[in-house]
Amino acid sequence: MNGSDIAIDVHGLTKKFDGRAVVRNLSMQVKRGSIYGFLGPNGSGKTTTIRMLCGLLTPDEGTGTCLGYDILTETDKIKTQVGYMTQRFSLYEDLSVRENLEFIGRIYGIAQPVAAARAAIERLGLTGRENQIAGELSGGWKQRLALGACTLPSPQLLLLDEPTAGVDPKARREFWNEIHALAANGLTVLVSTHYMDEAERCHEIAYIAYGELLVHGTVDQVIASSHLTTYIVSGGQDGNLNALSEQLTGMPGIDMVAPFGTSLHVSGRDAAKLDAAIAPYRKRKGLDWQRSEPSLEDVFIDLMRRSQDNFP
Amino acid sequence: MTHLLPTQTARRLPGNGFWRKTWAVLVKEFIQLKRDRVSLAMIAMMPLVQLMLFGYAINTTPRNLPTAVLLQEHNDLTRSILAALENTKYFRITHLPTTEAEVDQLLASGSVLFAIEIPANFERAVRRGDKPAMLVMADATDPVAAGTALSALGQVLQTALSHDRAIPDSMSLPFEIRTHARYNPAAVTQLNIVPGLVGTILTMTMLIFTALSVTREIERGTMENLLSMPITPVEIMLGKIIPYVMVGFVQASMIIAIGVFLFGVPIVGSLLMLALLSTLFITTNLSIGYTFSTVAQNQLQAMQMTLMFFLPNILLSGFMFPFAGMPNWAQWVGEALPLTHYLRIVRSIMLKGSSVADLHYDTAALFVLMLIAMTIAVTRFRRTLD
Repeated sequence: MNGSDIAIDVHGLTKKFDGRAVVRNLSMQVKRGSIYGFLGPNGSGKTTTIRMLCGLLTPDEGTGTCLGYDILTETDKIKTQVGYMTQRFSLYEDLSVRENLEFIGRIYGIAQPVAAARAAIERLGLTGRENQIAGELSGGWKQRLALGACTLPSPQLLLLDEPTAGVDPKARREFWNEIHALAANGLTVLVSTHYMDEAERCHEIAYIAYGELLVHGTVDQVIASSHLTTYIVSGGQDGNLNALSEQLTGMPGIDMVAPFGTSLHVSGRDAAKLDAAIAPYRKRKGLDWQRSEPSLEDVFIDLMRRSQDNFP
Repeated sequence: MTHLLPTQTARRLPGNGFWRKTWAVLVKEFIQLKRDRVSLAMIAMMPLVQLMLFGYAINTTPRNLPTAVLLQEHNDLTRSILAALENTKYFRITHLPTTEAEVDQLLASGSVLFAIEIPANFERAVRRGDKPAMLVMADATDPVAAGTALSALGQVLQTALSHDRAIPDSMSLPFEIRTHARYNPAAVTQLNIVPGLVGTILTMTMLIFTALSVTREIERGTMENLLSMPITPVEIMLGKIIPYVMVGFVQASMIIAIGVFLFGVPIVGSLLMLALLSTLFITTNLSIGYTFSTVAQNQLQAMQMTLMFFLPNILLSGFMFPFAGMPNWAQWVGEALPLTHYLRIVRSIMLKGSSVADLHYDTAALFVLMLIAMTIAVTRFRRTLD
């Protein structure tokens, strides 16, 4: 076993499909026992990166280790210590809950696969459903089974690809509580997600767009590094904010205008230009302008826009 | 709150666990097969239906074969012969041509399968004991039908005419039946067909079972999960093939039992050897099907490859046409097909009682074909999603 406190350490990963780079020059380090959030729009290369980490795809360029094993030459060893939960349910839909878990137990060489599967069913709260065919489970239960399946062999690293897509808020909350409990036990978790509230529950996050890792760090670091200045505008009569939003959009110095319920977020990268741009509107009656921290979502949408400008 | 991780770190067994992992896949495949009602039905129904259809269609004593009779004279004897022919039920006299050209045309067009010509002065020659010739022309494109009817002809006529007092009493027929098989002089005997069907049916079902096994995992998305686990291509292959070896064995036993009890095909040679070599043949076909599965992009392609492979097996193995009668190039192709070798094995054991010594070449050939297929399958198996 590797004593190092870095679970994932990769440099310059590049993956091309038909000559098109899906992941470009990606480097990242993930500490053991941490929860690392992987964010980015659809098709940004999150799944491809995860697949390269667990040996399902061979990088075209780059080097690195996963749990101390080389991701190019030691994928067999990586596979014994990694639990991978795919984006789409990929257990056998024509096998029952119990049969799926026993199959995985046997493949990983667990000493007593039948007993281990039975224990996992109890842990997962699937008692009473153990003989149900996996394909007939509801989305939430499928997700639970999939997570139970990839934790069954007691891996050191969990790779979870959008594990909460299509799961109700209560199940999501429970899921994240469990992820934290797992990390507290020393398990490293890399999880990709679209949800901002989930990103905020990670120890560290990375934002990836168009195959490039644009920013990484703790949530606070990511927000600070954005250099965004944000004003929250609230109040006003019906339609007032709507009209304001239309007027502000596209003005020089204003990079982003986004409605949040009864308020409006107005952000810009250059504080001085932003102040100048909004000055005429600040005196309008009934409007309350408040300078504030940008939200994580503001930051990511800004990042996404900027990367779009770079990669037309 | 429930906990996902086992309370104690799950203990792993030592070693790389080759057979353990193969066993895991095998158990999984069996469960999936058990749930797949269509495949289950296919295992039972395919040999039954095919054997009944082919077996009876090919082997049932032919009835009412359209026949033309060219009579050069009309008298009691010729009338007795016609009545006897009709009574056999094999022949149904549909045409009474008057010239030989007409007879030829009827045969060529397929209007009749048989033409019988009774020459002039036939009765007089019979009564004199001259043993005149009665000419029977058969369309032997369907050799089985023609052969059965012809073999019955002599016996039936003798029985019918023995009641005619005017004809000298003798053990043999008072006239000669000169048969002329047209279009296909090489006749395949009935007993050849059931053993052949054992091989043909097994080829078809075994290929289909494994040809879909890998592509199905890819199309259902379960391959991503399987590949992320610590398992090797050989373990996956054996785990997927072995369950169907057992299925194939049950099928082969069923077909052979039906052949023996329903169609009266003997097993002259050793039953154990038949079982062993049939298992080898089953495994060879499963390996080839599995190879298609690793090469094909999707299930449809795998099915197409299976059919493309199945057709030459039927045509060039000696099942349809006598192997020795095929041109050299076709024989070379035939040697590369497992069915060719199995047909020799199964016919030799069942009908001739051949021993291992007689069959070592065909056994070795099946073995080599199996190894080639497995090697291609393991090397072609994509271990990543690249």
